[in-house]
Amino acid sequence: MGSKQTVFTHEQLEEYQDCTFFTRKEIMRLFYRYQDLAPQLVPLDYTSCPAVKVPYQLIGSMPELKDNPFRQRIAQVFSEDGDGHMTLDNFLDMFSVMSEMAPRDLKAYYAFKIYDFNNDDYICAWDLEQTVTRLTRGELSAEEVSLVCEKVLDEADGDHDGRLSLEDFQNMILRAPDFLSTFHIRI
Amino acid sequence: MSPPPKGMEVEGDRSGRRSSRKQAHKAEGLVGKHGAQPGQKERVRGSPRPRSPQRKQTEFRICREELRGQERSPAMRTGESRRKRDGRASFKEQRASPKKDKKVLRKEERWKKLKKPRSLSLASSTSGVESPYSEEELAQILEQVEEKKKLIATMRNKPWPMAKKLTELREAQEFVEKYEGALGKGKGKRLYAYRMLMAKKWVKFKRDFDNFKTQCIPWEMKIKDIESHFGSSVASYFIFLRWMYGVNLVLFGLIFGLVIIPEVLMGVPYGSIPRKTVPRAEEEKAMDFSVLWDFEGYIKYSALFYGYYNNQRTIGWLRYRLPMAYFMVGISVFGYSLMIVIRSMASNTQGSTSEGESDNFTFSFKMFTSWDYLIGNSETADNKYASITTSFKESIVDEQESNKEENIHLTRFLRILANFLIICCLCGSGYLIYFVVKRSQEFSKMQNVSWYERNEVEIVMSLLGMFCPPLFETIAALENYHPRIGLKWQLGRIFALFLGNLYTFLLALMDDVHLKLSNEATIKNITHWTLFNYYNSSGWNESVPRPPLHPADVPRGSCWETAVGIEFMRLTVSDMLVTYITILLGDFLRACFVRFMNYCWCWDLEAGFPSYAEFDISGNVLGLIFNQGMIWMGSFYAPGLVGINVLRLLTSMYFQCWAVMSSNVPHERVFKASRSNNFYMALLLLVLFLSLLPVAYTIMSLPPSFDCGPFSGKNRMYDVLQETIENDFPTFLGKIFAFLANPGLIIPAILLMFLAIYYLNSVSKSLSRANAQLRKKIQALREVEKSHKSVKNRATDRDSGDTPKSSKNSTQLQITKPEPASHSASQSQFLDKKAQDTGTTSSASGTLLPASQHLPGSQPPGVKPDSGKLQSRTHPWRSASGKSAQRPPH
Repeated sequence: MGSKQTVFTHEQLEEYQDCTFFTRKEIMRLFYRYQDLAPQLVPLDYTSCPAVKVPYQLIGSMPELKDNPFRQRIAQVFSEDGDGHMTLDNFLDMFSVMSEMAPRDLKAYYAFKIYDFNNDDYICAWDLEQTVTRLTRGELSAEEVSLVCEKVLDEADGDHDGRLSLEDFQNMILRAPDFLSTFHIRI
Repeated sequence: MSPPPKGMEVEGDRSGRRSSRKQAHKAEGLVGKHGAQPGQKERVRGSPRPRSPQRKQTEFRICREELRGQERSPAMRTGESRRKRDGRASFKEQRASPKKDKKVLRKEERWKKLKKPRSLSLASSTSGVESPYSEEELAQILEQVEEKKKLIATMRNKPWPMAKKLTELREAQEFVEKYEGALGKGKGKRLYAYRMLMAKKWVKFKRDFDNFKTQCIPWEMKIKDIESHFGSSVASYFIFLRWMYGVNLVLFGLIFGLVIIPEVLMGVPYGSIPRKTVPRAEEEKAMDFSVLWDFEGYIKYSALFYGYYNNQRTIGWLRYRLPMAYFMVGISVFGYSLMIVIRSMASNTQGSTSEGESDNFTFSFKMFTSWDYLIGNSETADNKYASITTSFKESIVDEQESNKEENIHLTRFLRILANFLIICCLCGSGYLIYFVVKRSQEFSKMQNVSWYERNEVEIVMSLLGMFCPPLFETIAALENYHPRIGLKWQLGRIFALFLGNLYTFLLALMDDVHLKLSNEATIKNITHWTLFNYYNSSGWNESVPRPPLHPADVPRGSCWETAVGIEFMRLTVSDMLVTYITILLGDFLRACFVRFMNYCWCWDLEAGFPSYAEFDISGNVLGLIFNQGMIWMGSFYAPGLVGINVLRLLTSMYFQCWAVMSSNVPHERVFKASRSNNFYMALLLLVLFLSLLPVAYTIMSLPPSFDCGPFSGKNRMYDVLQETIENDFPTFLGKIFAFLANPGLIIPAILLMFLAIYYLNSVSKSLSRANAQLRKKIQALREVEKSHKSVKNRATDRDSGDTPKSSKNSTQLQITKPEPASHSASQSQFLDKKAQDTGTTSSASGTLLPASQHLPGSQPPGVKPDSGKLQSRTHPWRSASGKSAQRPPH
């Protein structure tokens, strides 16, 4: 344990435990994962909170993310200025939200952000198209994609304004049986 | 009454006023909810006093309140700024931005004061700011502290970036640390602090304990690894295996702790009595490996089997009642298993109550929840992409042609055909087993049979278990079910196969047992005669008693219980070996072949014909369940069986994990396991029940062997209960038991249970109906709301700016209700206006104060409203705090 304690101070670890869903051990593991991404970039001493960012190219190549069609969106949503480059705090945030223990509401909030490709706080038809194309690697024809988007809007759009607000999205995701089990990343 | 000298006056005045103040506060606590301003109230109370003290008092109070106001501000400010940041109703900052150094200084000052006892603060009037916390303040701080604590506890649920969370957390912690000691006063304070400390410790301990607990779950990492490669359906098998291992460990503990170890430690040693000795005829070969491998020889006459146990009522210096313990453990193995299976089934169903909504959101769910974020393997990802695409296409096709299903007849025909074929297979395999068992009985009568003939039953059953499932799978391809449903069908069919096998096996075994039982009487006679002749034979010196016959020479019965136990033992071991060999040959060698011969082969082996094996979920799950059924049935006759099973599960955990990771590929259509593995559990329960039946039958209606086992010499095995009741309990208890066993009492009890089941069933039915109706109502409401919204949306575009706000509020997961928040918002705005003009007053308080001191004095006591107003103006903080304290509790 002695070597582990030098990375963070005791207080830092406690605070991280309060702010995330992780135990001390998991936080340390996450840190080492983070550090492994860019060993020459990330210092092994975080007691002074250095402002280090790991570029998206490295984040996206993690085995947990590299096969995810939404990896870029995930990185953008959790990074500070939306460019996908992450600090350790962002990194912890991301995996805390994606952890098993995070409540449904929190997950739904971030899922909405992830699927909202153009960051306009609404999931519009264009966002839906993006989602479908990524999910199927563009193997559906244009008519099929538009049909799917139409159906989704038809099902979930509570106020008929042609786009999904966060409220609509939460309403829908509340009923999804698989959301909690699929919207999580083990690390 | 002439006014006393100034200093004294102030002193006396203050002490007098103190009490009145206190009273006022108390009254306020009662009436304060109506929003009356505290200052005003005091005034009214103070009014009947003579004039001059009144004046002095007012002067003093103003001065004091002024100080107080200043002094109280840091606390307010922190609360304020936090609230503002929280996005709730906020007080606007009244003064200029808080000067940090000053704030800290004041806080320190206050902290020091806090440490003094309350009475001490009476001493000087210049310090004036005695007893910094009135009760309402305390209440308010308490409220804030509680809020902060709640914030700390729910910090991880906030959708904020980490930096913000950290600063918020630090602030909240600081606040709590600073003030939570203040809440207890006087003697209670220390206790309070101590309790807080303990609470903190407790939280820390719980956290550590949770850490520890998660570390204690065995194979968590392995299973996670598998899950991320092969999806949750394969992982569900391993989770089931782990669960099974846990159950078996408990059973193992029961049996070893209460039966085997007492027997080994305290029972008569090996070789002392016939049942614990290898017979003379077998002695030569008893240590040969081939004999031991068949569980004959020394193993047969060991504590692993029923026959080894003696029928002595008590053993050892503990007077341990071994036969009783044996019986009770046998029962409690079943009791515990039943309980644990049913409990886990119940807890699984509780999680899956919210079904039936999915048909409304087919596409939405596919869009937003079909990607499994757990997937961390490109092959699995490829498969997932493919399966999502196909499922989208399927849904589109369904949507487009939901009315016409042209192939329905063909599908139906194919399904019927498939079922027919499978039933044929099942019947055939059942017959085959029956045939083989019959044959093996004949073999057992003959001498020197070959190895194959001795093990024919096991071999045939294992072969059936190996070849039938793939056959079924091939046939099931005709049916074209969704893989999840297909898996269930497959499980059901293989289950039927195994069950048929098991039962034919059991029936044959039963025949065997009956045969042995019928022979038993003659053997008993032979034994008696041998012993009789041995002791009474002529030609021996009558005066010297003959040494007893060596136990190995005593002729003995066949001991059918041990024979049954051995049968189960053999079956378990051969099953295990066949499983491992199948994995080695079918998966590992195949994978090696495909991998390495691919370099020099004429077609692509990896993509083409043999390719790699998929993990066979259904076969493995059923193998596990079936095996467990064997354990349950056999453990009564072979206590050591559970130990072997624990070893088997342990090795198969590691072995299969390795095999899956090294030589299997993910399924072609990756599908999620149904959320609860209740189907597995239901099968397990069925097997448990079915394996309970034969054991119960043998216990209740077959006589135990006369010369082996803990129940020898008794008419039935359960007689041991009666014996214990008669000999070890007082007589009236025996009478009570006899009374309870009366059919006149049992039949009504059973009837009552039936009634209870009927009643509960009808209640649950009506509840589920009510549930369905409620769901319908919600649906209808949603529809109405939808249409309402769409109308409203067009009508009031202006409101749309407000809705996202509220929705955002709700996403921040805060516990505030919107109503009180808005209430206090309007209040605070109102206060704000007031505060701004007080701000000017108090900023120049040093110069302005004398003037304002004169003001109330010059006024007649009748003009109270004015002065009240003034007071409220001078002390905006007080009123603000009063208001916020008076907020309706929520």
